[in-house]
Amino acid sequence: MIPAEFDYIAAFIKRRSGIVLAPDKTYLVESRLLPLAHQLGLAGIKAIVAGLRRGDATLQRLVVEAMTTNETLFFRDRLPFEQCERLILPQLIAACPPGGTIRIWCAACSSGQEPYSLAMLIEECGFAAQARFEIIGTDISQAMIARATDGLYTQFEAQRGLAVRRLLQWFAQEGTHWRIAPQLRQRVTFMPLNLLEDFSRLGHFDLIFCRNLLIYFDQPTRAALLDRLAAALTPGGFLVLGAAEAPDRLSDALARHRDEPSLIVRADNPISARPTRPLAGIED
Amino acid sequence: MQTCLVVDDSAVIRKVARRILEPLAFTVTEAENGAVALEQCLRALPDGILLDWNMPVMDGYEFLRSLRKLPGGNKPQVIFCTTENDVAHIAKALHAGADEYIMKPFDKDILIAKLKEVGLLAG
Repeated sequence: MIPAEFDYIAAFIKRRSGIVLAPDKTYLVESRLLPLAHQLGLAGIKAIVAGLRRGDATLQRLVVEAMTTNETLFFRDRLPFEQCERLILPQLIAACPPGGTIRIWCAACSSGQEPYSLAMLIEECGFAAQARFEIIGTDISQAMIARATDGLYTQFEAQRGLAVRRLLQWFAQEGTHWRIAPQLRQRVTFMPLNLLEDFSRLGHFDLIFCRNLLIYFDQPTRAALLDRLAAALTPGGFLVLGAAEAPDRLSDALARHRDEPSLIVRADNPISARPTRPLAGIED
Repeated sequence: MQTCLVVDDSAVIRKVARRILEPLAFTVTEAENGAVALEQCLRALPDGILLDWNMPVMDGYEFLRSLRKLPGGNKPQVIFCTTENDVAHIAKALHAGADEYIMKPFDKDILIAKLKEVGLLAG
């Protein structure tokens, strides 16, 4: 791949997904796009770039999907789920008016393990009997949304993060794969969504998971997305970011939870630990 | 330092498990079947046991049933690690006192996740 091809692909990916590809990511682009070229019968990166320049919409989508990282596992990092069980969901249930619905959004859900983990938690902890829940999972990749909707996982995926008792309780074996139980499948609505685009039509959420996505964006894109996520939170809502990406400085609209610094809440929430100085955005 | 007994008739699997466990600060011992493992447990109970199912002399299931009858035999965290990958075997293992279950083939991430699940690793 010549530098001009890398530059074109990097600019295209940034424009379409927000993902920043530093110049040292040539190997990454090649390792993701050469198999795609082979799959599509294209001669190589040069042919992919030509297709992108022509405006081939299918190729554009496939290139974006190939360049996104879909690493995920059930109950990833554990702590956010422990916080959901101990603090977030009980608080949301207590504040939920009779007949109300607690709305949860997994904003970059990949193949669905995160929203299904939340659905398991809601069932296992008896929260489902205390309130009505709506869980939405979105991802930029249509292929990942199709996998999440299907709810069928390989043996490797099913074993990563899932205790074996949960596997038996919530999955049915299909050969070497494991399918999520209908009870959990019905709890989650999946749809493709590019977070760079307007998502106000989804409405407001009491809990937003947006983990391990901001790390791929540059500072202005991160700050803008955080502001828009803040606008999508209900006044008492929570925002859960990835373990490695909780920013030192937040936009004015957000603040850390007073007692659980890894959790983000709206700055106007009384349980927030308000920032000590006006903040314009997070830093690189 | 925690101890882990790897019970498998495959020397390759025992070596792979050792290479994963030792950097995680486990002291690893090995046994090639359930009978040898039981002898070791009579001398000293490990903190964890990674246990194959199908082995000559004494299989993993019989070993587990015998282990749990020993004084203090409920203490070790037992993780089955086997090619018996169907629901019936998993349920049978749990009923006999297994704490976790790994379906082969496995990798480092899966073993670490299961060690965390049974409390042998923090996190």
